[in-house]
Amino acid sequence: MKPAPFTYVRPKSLAEALGCLDDDGDAKLLAGGQSLVPLLNMRLVRPTTLVDINALPGLATISPTPDGGLVIGALVRHTDLLASPLVRERTPLLAAAAAHVGHRAIRNRGTVGGSLAHADPAAELPAAAVALDATLTIVGPAARRTIPARDFFVGPLVTALEPREMLTEIEIPGPVQRGWGFAEMARRAGDFAIAGVAGIVTPAAPGRGRSSTARLVAFGAGDTPLRLPGAAALLAGQPIDRALARAAGDVAARECTPRDDVHATADYRRHLVGVLTEQVVLDCAARLGS
Amino acid sequence: MSVALRLTVNSRTVERTVSARRSLAEFLREDLGLTGTHVGCEHGVCGACTVLVDGRSARSCLLLAAQLDGATVTTIEGLTPGDGLSPLQAAFRDCAALQCGFCTPGMIVTAHELLAEDRAPTRDAIREALSGNLCMCTGYVNIVRAVERAAAALRGERA
Repeated sequence: MKPAPFTYVRPKSLAEALGCLDDDGDAKLLAGGQSLVPLLNMRLVRPTTLVDINALPGLATISPTPDGGLVIGALVRHTDLLASPLVRERTPLLAAAAAHVGHRAIRNRGTVGGSLAHADPAAELPAAAVALDATLTIVGPAARRTIPARDFFVGPLVTALEPREMLTEIEIPGPVQRGWGFAEMARRAGDFAIAGVAGIVTPAAPGRGRSSTARLVAFGAGDTPLRLPGAAALLAGQPIDRALARAAGDVAARECTPRDDVHATADYRRHLVGVLTEQVVLDCAARLGS
Repeated sequence: MSVALRLTVNSRTVERTVSARRSLAEFLREDLGLTGTHVGCEHGVCGACTVLVDGRSARSCLLLAAQLDGATVTTIEGLTPGDGLSPLQAAFRDCAALQCGFCTPGMIVTAHELLAEDRAPTRDAIREALSGNLCMCTGYVNIVRAVERAAAALRGERA
Protein backbone atom coordinates (compact mmCIF):
# COMPACT_ATOMS: atom_id res chain seq x y z
CA MET A 1 0.00 0.00 0.00
CA LYS A 2 1.47 3.24 -1.11
CA PRO A 3 -0.41 6.14 0.50
CA ALA A 4 0.33 7.35 4.01
CA PRO A 5 -2.36 6.27 6.50
CA PHE A 6 -5.66 8.12 6.43
CA THR A 7 -9.18 7.77 7.73
CA TYR A 8 -11.71 7.05 4.96
CA VAL A 9 -15.23 8.43 5.22
CA ARG A 10 -18.07 8.29 2.69
CA PRO A 11 -20.68 10.85 3.72
CA LYS A 12 -24.23 10.55 2.38
CA SER A 13 -25.13 14.24 2.46
CA LEU A 14 -23.51 17.58 1.72
CA ALA A 15 -23.95 18.67 5.34
CA GLU A 16 -22.21 15.52 6.52
CA ALA A 17 -19.37 16.05 4.03
CA LEU A 18 -18.86 19.64 5.20
CA GLY A 19 -18.89 18.33 8.76
CA CYS A 20 -16.04 15.96 7.87
CA LEU A 21 -14.02 18.88 6.46
CA ASP A 22 -14.76 20.83 9.62
CA ASP A 23 -13.60 17.97 11.85
CA ASP A 24 -10.17 17.64 10.27
CA GLY A 25 -8.25 20.59 8.86
CA ASP A 26 -6.03 18.15 6.91
CA ALA A 27 -8.95 16.38 5.21
CA LYS A 28 -9.09 16.11 1.44
CA LEU A 29 -12.07 15.50 -0.83
CA LEU A 30 -11.98 12.45 -3.11
CA ALA A 31 -14.10 12.70 -6.26
CA GLY A 32 -12.83 10.85 -9.36
CA GLY A 33 -9.40 10.45 -7.83
CA GLN A 34 -7.59 10.54 -11.16
CA SER A 35 -5.20 13.26 -9.96
CA LEU A 36 -5.48 12.80 -6.21
CA VAL A 37 -4.74 9.05 -6.02
CA PRO A 38 -1.38 9.36 -7.84
CA LEU A 39 -0.49 12.22 -5.49
CA LEU A 40 -1.46 10.04 -2.51
CA ASN A 41 0.54 7.09 -3.86
CA MET A 42 3.63 9.24 -4.34
CA ARG A 43 2.99 10.76 -0.90
CA LEU A 44 3.09 14.23 -2.36
CA VAL A 45 -0.07 14.80 -0.33
CA ARG A 46 -0.75 13.18 3.03
CA PRO A 47 -4.28 14.04 4.14
CA THR A 48 -5.30 12.51 7.46
CA THR A 49 -8.91 12.10 6.33
CA LEU A 50 -10.14 11.23 2.85
CA VAL A 51 -13.73 12.37 2.33
CA ASP A 52 -15.19 10.32 -0.54
CA ILE A 53 -17.97 12.49 -2.00
CA ASN A 54 -19.12 9.99 -4.64
CA ALA A 55 -22.22 9.06 -2.62
CA LEU A 56 -23.49 12.65 -2.30
CA PRO A 57 -26.85 13.02 -4.03
CA GLY A 58 -27.69 15.58 -6.69
CA LEU A 59 -24.16 16.56 -7.77
CA ALA A 60 -23.97 14.49 -10.95
CA THR A 61 -26.65 16.25 -12.98
CA ILE A 62 -26.54 18.49 -16.03
CA SER A 63 -29.46 20.95 -16.07
CA PRO A 64 -30.51 23.55 -18.65
CA THR A 65 -31.06 27.13 -17.48
CA PRO A 66 -33.72 29.46 -18.94
CA ASP A 67 -31.13 31.76 -20.58
CA GLY A 68 -29.80 28.92 -22.73
CA GLY A 69 -26.96 28.00 -20.39
CA LEU A 70 -26.23 24.98 -18.22
CA VAL A 71 -25.67 24.09 -14.60
CA ILE A 72 -23.25 21.18 -14.29
CA GLY A 73 -22.83 19.32 -11.00
CA ALA A 74 -19.31 18.87 -9.63
CA LEU A 75 -19.56 15.06 -9.80
CA VAL A 76 -20.42 14.91 -13.51
CA ARG A 77 -17.82 12.66 -15.18
CA HIS A 78 -15.99 13.73 -18.33
CA THR A 79 -17.54 10.79 -20.18
CA ASP A 80 -21.02 12.03 -19.25
CA LEU A 81 -20.18 15.55 -20.45
CA LEU A 82 -19.17 14.06 -23.80
CA ALA A 83 -22.28 11.89 -24.01
CA SER A 84 -24.69 14.72 -23.14
CA PRO A 85 -26.68 16.17 -26.07
CA LEU A 86 -27.34 19.25 -23.87
CA VAL A 87 -23.62 19.89 -23.44
CA ARG A 88 -22.90 19.44 -27.14
CA GLU A 89 -25.77 21.76 -28.07
CA ARG A 90 -25.34 24.48 -25.43
CA THR A 91 -21.61 24.42 -24.62
CA PRO A 92 -19.81 22.85 -27.57
CA LEU A 93 -16.52 24.39 -26.36
CA LEU A 94 -16.78 22.42 -23.12
CA ALA A 95 -17.47 19.19 -25.01
CA ALA A 96 -14.41 19.80 -27.19
CA ALA A 97 -12.26 20.49 -24.11
CA ALA A 98 -13.50 17.35 -22.30
CA ALA A 99 -12.60 15.19 -25.31
CA HIS A 100 -8.96 16.14 -24.71
CA VAL A 101 -8.95 15.03 -21.05
CA GLY A 102 -6.89 11.87 -20.54
CA HIS A 103 -8.19 8.61 -21.95
CA ARG A 104 -11.55 6.89 -21.79
CA ALA A 105 -10.85 5.08 -18.51
CA ILE A 106 -9.69 8.36 -16.95
CA ARG A 107 -12.73 10.25 -18.30
CA ASN A 108 -15.03 7.55 -16.89
CA ARG A 109 -13.91 8.43 -13.36
CA GLY A 110 -12.61 12.02 -13.49
CA THR A 111 -15.10 14.75 -12.61
CA VAL A 112 -15.72 18.31 -13.72
CA GLY A 113 -15.46 19.59 -10.14
CA GLY A 114 -12.28 17.65 -9.52
CA SER A 115 -10.60 19.01 -12.64
CA LEU A 116 -11.47 22.59 -11.68
CA ALA A 117 -10.55 22.22 -8.00
CA HIS A 118 -7.25 20.50 -8.84
CA ALA A 119 -6.37 23.55 -10.99
CA ASP A 120 -3.54 22.13 -13.03
CA PRO A 121 -2.37 25.08 -15.18
CA ALA A 122 -2.18 22.79 -18.24
CA ALA A 123 -5.66 21.28 -17.78
CA GLU A 124 -8.40 21.76 -20.36
CA LEU A 125 -11.56 22.30 -18.31
CA PRO A 126 -10.30 25.24 -16.22
CA ALA A 127 -9.40 27.13 -19.41
CA ALA A 128 -12.76 26.29 -20.97
CA ALA A 129 -14.56 27.47 -17.82
CA VAL A 130 -12.78 30.83 -17.96
CA ALA A 131 -13.40 31.20 -21.70
CA LEU A 132 -17.09 30.45 -21.18
CA ASP A 133 -17.28 33.01 -18.33
CA ALA A 134 -18.56 30.31 -16.00
CA THR A 135 -19.58 30.92 -12.40
CA LEU A 136 -18.65 28.40 -9.72
CA THR A 137 -20.74 27.67 -6.65
CA ILE A 138 -18.84 26.98 -3.45
CA VAL A 139 -20.43 25.71 -0.25
CA GLY A 140 -18.77 26.19 3.12
CA PRO A 141 -19.62 25.80 6.79
CA ALA A 142 -21.24 29.22 7.03
CA ALA A 143 -22.62 30.01 3.63
CA ARG A 144 -22.86 29.36 -0.06
CA ARG A 145 -21.00 31.73 -2.37
CA THR A 146 -20.37 32.10 -6.06
CA ILE A 147 -17.19 33.16 -7.82
CA PRO A 148 -16.42 33.80 -11.48
CA ALA A 149 -14.12 31.15 -12.95
CA ARG A 150 -11.63 33.91 -13.87
CA ASP A 151 -11.15 34.69 -10.15
CA PHE A 152 -11.16 31.07 -8.97
CA PHE A 153 -7.71 30.06 -10.22
CA VAL A 154 -4.99 31.57 -8.04
CA GLY A 155 -1.82 29.67 -8.95
CA PRO A 156 -0.57 26.21 -9.94
CA LEU A 157 -2.87 23.76 -8.08
CA VAL A 158 -4.15 26.66 -5.95
CA THR A 159 -7.69 28.02 -6.05
CA ALA A 160 -9.90 30.39 -4.11
CA LEU A 161 -11.37 27.42 -2.21
CA GLU A 162 -10.90 27.64 1.55
CA PRO A 163 -9.99 24.46 3.46
CA ARG A 164 -13.54 23.84 4.70
CA GLU A 165 -15.23 24.61 1.40
CA MET A 166 -16.39 22.45 -1.45
CA LEU A 167 -17.09 23.22 -5.10
CA THR A 168 -20.59 21.94 -5.88
CA GLU A 169 -21.52 23.19 -9.33
CA ILE A 170 -20.52 25.26 -12.32
CA GLU A 171 -22.93 27.47 -14.25
CA ILE A 172 -22.24 28.39 -17.85
CA PRO A 173 -24.31 31.39 -18.93
CA GLY A 174 -26.40 31.46 -22.09
CA PRO A 175 -27.01 32.18 -24.84
CA VAL A 176 -25.16 29.43 -26.70
CA GLN A 177 -21.71 30.59 -27.85
CA ARG A 178 -21.47 29.33 -31.41
CA GLY A 179 -18.21 31.09 -32.22
CA TRP A 180 -15.92 28.81 -30.28
CA GLY A 181 -12.48 27.36 -30.84
CA PHE A 182 -10.22 24.97 -28.94
CA ALA A 183 -6.76 23.72 -29.80
CA GLU A 184 -3.89 22.20 -27.91
CA MET A 185 -0.53 20.62 -28.54
CA ALA A 186 0.41 17.48 -26.59
CA ARG A 187 3.10 14.92 -27.38
CA ARG A 188 0.58 12.06 -27.19
CA ALA A 189 -3.22 11.99 -27.29
CA GLY A 190 -4.52 12.19 -23.73
CA ASP A 191 -1.49 13.88 -22.19
CA PHE A 192 -1.75 17.22 -20.49
CA ALA A 193 -1.19 19.93 -23.06
CA ILE A 194 2.22 21.49 -23.52
CA ALA A 195 0.12 24.53 -24.35
CA GLY A 196 -3.38 25.19 -25.59
CA VAL A 197 -5.93 27.93 -26.26
CA ALA A 198 -9.69 28.14 -25.77
CA GLY A 199 -11.64 30.97 -27.40
CA ILE A 200 -15.08 32.48 -27.77
CA VAL A 201 -16.01 35.18 -30.27
CA THR A 202 -19.44 36.74 -29.84
CA PRO A 203 -20.88 38.49 -32.88
CA ALA A 204 -22.28 42.00 -32.51
CA ALA A 205 -24.88 41.54 -35.17
CA PRO A 206 -25.73 39.04 -37.88
CA GLY A 207 -22.89 39.06 -40.36
CA ARG A 208 -19.95 36.99 -41.30
CA GLY A 209 -17.14 36.94 -38.76
CA ARG A 210 -17.89 40.34 -37.27
CA SER A 211 -17.15 40.31 -33.56
CA SER A 212 -18.16 42.58 -30.76
CA THR A 213 -16.29 40.72 -28.05
CA ALA A 214 -13.82 37.89 -27.76
CA ARG A 215 -12.42 35.91 -24.87
CA LEU A 216 -9.20 34.01 -25.37
CA VAL A 217 -7.64 31.84 -22.67
CA ALA A 218 -4.30 30.03 -22.83
CA PHE A 219 -3.40 26.98 -20.74
CA GLY A 220 -0.01 25.45 -20.08
CA ALA A 221 1.25 28.98 -20.62
CA GLY A 222 1.21 30.46 -17.13
CA ASP A 223 0.47 29.66 -13.49
CA THR A 224 -3.29 29.53 -14.10
CA PRO A 225 -5.62 29.50 -17.11
CA LEU A 226 -4.37 32.73 -18.61
CA ARG A 227 -6.67 35.28 -20.19
CA LEU A 228 -5.23 37.01 -23.25
CA PRO A 229 -6.88 40.44 -23.07
CA GLY A 230 -4.55 42.08 -25.57
CA ALA A 231 -5.24 39.54 -28.28
CA ALA A 232 -8.98 39.62 -27.53
CA ALA A 233 -9.06 43.43 -27.72
CA LEU A 234 -7.52 43.31 -31.17
CA LEU A 235 -10.50 41.29 -32.42
CA ALA A 236 -13.21 43.50 -30.94
CA GLY A 237 -15.50 44.86 -33.60
CA GLN A 238 -13.26 43.70 -36.45
CA PRO A 239 -14.03 41.36 -39.32
CA ILE A 240 -11.79 38.36 -38.75
CA ASP A 241 -9.43 37.36 -41.51
CA ARG A 242 -6.15 35.48 -41.56
CA ALA A 243 -4.03 38.61 -41.07
CA LEU A 244 -6.01 39.70 -38.02
CA ALA A 245 -5.88 36.18 -36.55
CA ARG A 246 -2.10 36.17 -37.10
CA ALA A 247 -1.80 39.54 -35.40
CA ALA A 248 -3.86 38.28 -32.44
CA GLY A 249 -1.54 35.27 -32.25
CA ASP A 250 1.49 37.55 -32.12
CA VAL A 251 0.00 39.57 -29.26
CA ALA A 252 -1.01 36.37 -27.42
CA ALA A 253 2.53 35.00 -27.69
CA ARG A 254 3.87 38.22 -26.17
CA GLU A 255 1.35 38.46 -23.34
CA CYS A 256 1.42 34.86 -22.08
CA THR A 257 3.77 33.94 -19.22
CA PRO A 258 4.99 30.37 -19.72
CA ARG A 259 7.78 28.69 -17.80
CA ASP A 260 10.45 26.17 -18.73
CA ASP A 261 9.89 22.67 -17.41
CA VAL A 262 10.84 19.09 -18.29
CA HIS A 263 8.20 18.95 -21.04
CA ALA A 264 9.05 22.09 -23.00
CA THR A 265 10.83 25.41 -22.90
CA ALA A 266 9.01 28.66 -22.23
CA ASP A 267 10.00 29.86 -25.73
CA TYR A 268 8.41 26.84 -27.37
CA ARG A 269 5.22 27.31 -25.33
CA ARG A 270 5.13 30.99 -26.33
CA HIS A 271 5.44 29.97 -29.96
CA LEU A 272 2.62 27.44 -29.54
CA VAL A 273 0.31 29.98 -27.91
CA GLY A 274 0.80 32.26 -30.93
CA VAL A 275 0.09 29.55 -33.48
CA LEU A 276 -2.81 28.03 -31.55
CA THR A 277 -4.41 31.43 -30.93
CA GLU A 278 -4.36 32.12 -34.66
CA GLN A 279 -5.97 28.74 -35.33
CA VAL A 280 -8.61 29.16 -32.60
CA VAL A 281 -9.57 32.65 -33.80
CA LEU A 282 -10.04 31.36 -37.34
CA ASP A 283 -12.09 28.42 -36.02
CA CYS A 284 -14.30 30.82 -34.03
CA ALA A 285 -14.91 32.94 -37.13
CA ALA A 286 -15.56 29.91 -39.34
CA ARG A 287 -18.14 28.55 -36.91
CA LEU A 288 -19.87 31.92 -36.75
CA GLY A 289 -19.92 32.05 -40.53
CA SER A 290 -21.42 28.62 -40.98
CA MET B 1 -8.14 2.01 9.27
CA SER B 2 -10.21 -0.91 7.93
CA VAL B 3 -13.32 -0.75 5.77
CA ALA B 4 -15.91 -3.51 5.36
CA LEU B 5 -16.84 -4.15 1.73
CA ARG B 6 -19.52 -6.06 -0.09
CA LEU B 7 -19.25 -5.96 -3.86
CA THR B 8 -19.73 -8.10 -6.95
CA VAL B 9 -16.59 -9.30 -8.73
CA ASN B 10 -17.03 -11.32 -11.93
CA SER B 11 -20.66 -12.11 -11.01
CA ARG B 12 -19.79 -13.34 -7.51
CA THR B 13 -20.55 -11.55 -4.29
CA VAL B 14 -17.42 -10.81 -2.30
CA GLU B 15 -17.30 -9.67 1.32
CA ARG B 16 -14.00 -8.55 2.79
CA THR B 17 -12.56 -6.11 5.26
CA VAL B 18 -9.68 -4.15 3.72
CA SER B 19 -7.29 -1.42 4.69
CA ALA B 20 -8.57 1.98 3.54
CA ARG B 21 -5.25 2.38 1.72
CA ARG B 22 -5.60 -0.77 -0.41
CA SER B 23 -5.92 -0.06 -4.14
CA LEU B 24 -8.48 -1.98 -6.18
CA ALA B 25 -5.59 -3.54 -8.14
CA GLU B 26 -4.00 -4.86 -4.94
CA PHE B 27 -7.38 -6.05 -3.69
CA LEU B 28 -8.05 -8.01 -6.88
CA ARG B 29 -4.59 -9.53 -7.16
CA GLU B 30 -3.60 -10.14 -3.55
CA ASP B 31 -6.88 -10.60 -1.69
CA LEU B 32 -8.91 -12.31 -4.43
CA GLY B 33 -6.08 -13.97 -6.38
CA LEU B 34 -7.25 -12.45 -9.67
CA THR B 35 -3.79 -11.93 -11.10
CA GLY B 36 -4.98 -11.37 -14.67
CA THR B 37 -5.19 -7.68 -13.80
CA HIS B 38 -1.63 -6.49 -14.33
CA VAL B 39 0.03 -3.66 -12.49
CA GLY B 40 2.42 -1.57 -14.56
CA CYS B 41 3.00 2.10 -13.88
CA GLU B 42 0.71 2.38 -10.85
CA HIS B 43 -0.21 5.97 -11.62
CA GLY B 44 -2.82 5.69 -14.32
CA VAL B 45 -0.65 6.03 -17.42
CA CYS B 46 -0.09 2.52 -18.83
CA GLY B 47 -3.58 0.98 -18.76
CA ALA B 48 -2.40 -2.55 -17.86
CA CYS B 49 -4.63 -2.62 -14.74
CA THR B 50 -7.83 -1.58 -16.54
CA VAL B 51 -11.01 -3.29 -15.27
CA LEU B 52 -14.71 -2.53 -15.65
CA VAL B 53 -16.45 -0.84 -12.72
CA ASP B 54 -20.21 -0.81 -13.12
CA GLY B 55 -19.64 -1.53 -16.80
CA ARG B 56 -17.18 1.28 -17.46
CA SER B 57 -13.43 0.98 -17.85
CA ALA B 58 -11.35 2.27 -14.95
CA ARG B 59 -7.77 2.13 -13.77
CA SER B 60 -7.73 -0.23 -10.81
CA CYS B 61 -4.49 1.39 -9.59
CA LEU B 62 -6.32 4.74 -9.22
CA LEU B 63 -9.25 3.42 -7.21
CA LEU B 64 -9.31 2.47 -3.56
CA ALA B 65 -11.00 -0.82 -2.83
CA ALA B 66 -12.83 1.04 -0.04
CA GLN B 67 -14.64 3.13 -2.66
CA LEU B 68 -16.26 0.10 -4.25
CA ASP B 69 -18.74 -1.02 -1.62
CA GLY B 70 -21.82 -1.99 -3.61
CA ALA B 71 -20.07 -1.79 -6.99
CA THR B 72 -19.85 -4.39 -9.75
CA VAL B 73 -16.31 -5.12 -10.96
CA THR B 74 -15.39 -7.19 -14.01
CA THR B 75 -11.79 -8.24 -14.64
CA ILE B 76 -10.19 -10.09 -17.54
CA GLU B 77 -11.10 -13.35 -15.77
CA GLY B 78 -14.75 -12.29 -15.90
CA LEU B 79 -14.50 -11.66 -19.65
CA THR B 80 -13.06 -15.11 -20.29
CA PRO B 81 -15.51 -17.94 -21.06
CA GLY B 82 -15.38 -21.06 -18.89
CA ASP B 83 -14.29 -22.95 -21.96
CA GLY B 84 -12.18 -21.53 -24.79
CA LEU B 85 -11.62 -17.88 -25.63
CA SER B 86 -13.86 -14.84 -26.11
CA PRO B 87 -14.04 -13.41 -29.65
CA LEU B 88 -11.59 -10.66 -28.61
CA GLN B 89 -9.18 -13.14 -27.05
CA ALA B 90 -9.37 -15.40 -30.11
CA ALA B 91 -8.75 -12.43 -32.40
CA PHE B 92 -5.69 -11.36 -30.35
CA ARG B 93 -4.30 -14.89 -30.71
CA ASP B 94 -5.12 -15.15 -34.41
CA CYS B 95 -3.63 -11.74 -35.25
CA ALA B 96 -0.50 -12.26 -33.13
CA ALA B 97 -1.59 -9.21 -31.15
CA LEU B 98 0.33 -10.23 -28.07
CA GLN B 99 3.97 -10.97 -27.55
CA CYS B 100 4.89 -10.76 -23.86
CA GLY B 101 1.22 -10.40 -22.93
CA PHE B 102 1.69 -7.91 -20.11
CA CYS B 103 -0.54 -5.22 -21.61
CA THR B 104 -3.07 -7.71 -23.05
CA PRO B 105 -5.61 -7.88 -20.19
CA GLY B 106 -5.92 -4.09 -20.16
CA MET B 107 -6.14 -4.01 -23.96
CA ILE B 108 -8.93 -6.63 -23.97
CA VAL B 109 -10.93 -4.93 -21.21
CA THR B 110 -10.65 -1.56 -22.97
CA ALA B 111 -11.58 -3.05 -26.35
CA HIS B 112 -14.49 -4.89 -24.73
CA GLU B 113 -15.94 -1.54 -23.58
CA LEU B 114 -15.54 -0.14 -27.10
CA LEU B 115 -17.19 -3.12 -28.82
CA ALA B 116 -20.03 -3.15 -26.30
CA GLU B 117 -20.91 0.35 -27.53
CA ASP B 118 -19.94 0.10 -31.18
CA ARG B 119 -19.90 -3.14 -33.17
CA ALA B 120 -18.44 -1.43 -36.22
CA PRO B 121 -15.77 0.99 -34.94
CA THR B 122 -13.56 2.74 -37.46
CA ARG B 123 -9.83 2.18 -37.25
CA ASP B 124 -9.48 5.71 -35.84
CA ALA B 125 -12.08 4.95 -33.17
CA ILE B 126 -10.16 1.80 -32.19
CA ARG B 127 -6.88 3.71 -32.02
CA GLU B 128 -8.52 6.44 -29.91
CA ALA B 129 -10.09 3.87 -27.57
CA LEU B 130 -6.75 2.09 -27.07
CA SER B 131 -4.71 5.30 -26.81
CA GLY B 132 -4.53 4.96 -23.03
CA ASN B 133 -3.10 1.44 -23.13
CA LEU B 134 0.63 1.20 -23.66
CA CYS B 135 2.31 -1.76 -25.34
CA MET B 136 6.10 -1.94 -25.31
CA CYS B 137 6.81 -5.01 -27.41
CA THR B 138 4.05 -6.27 -29.71
CA GLY B 139 3.34 -3.02 -31.52
CA TYR B 140 -0.06 -1.54 -32.08
CA VAL B 141 -0.72 -2.57 -35.69
CA ASN B 142 -1.67 -6.15 -34.86
CA ILE B 143 -3.60 -5.05 -31.77
CA VAL B 144 -5.78 -2.70 -33.82
CA ARG B 145 -6.19 -5.46 -36.42
CA ALA B 146 -7.31 -7.90 -33.72
CA VAL B 147 -10.00 -5.51 -32.48
CA GLU B 148 -11.22 -5.09 -36.07
CA ARG B 149 -11.36 -8.86 -36.48
CA ALA B 150 -13.22 -9.32 -33.18
CA ALA B 151 -15.73 -6.63 -34.18
CA ALA B 152 -16.33 -8.46 -37.47
CA ALA B 153 -16.75 -11.76 -35.63
CA LEU B 154 -19.27 -10.18 -33.25
CA ARG B 155 -21.19 -8.88 -36.27
CA GLY B 156 -21.27 -12.41 -37.59
CA GLU B 157 -18.89 -11.64 -40.45
CA ARG B 158 -15.68 -13.34 -41.38
CA ALA B 159 -12.69 -11.02 -41.28
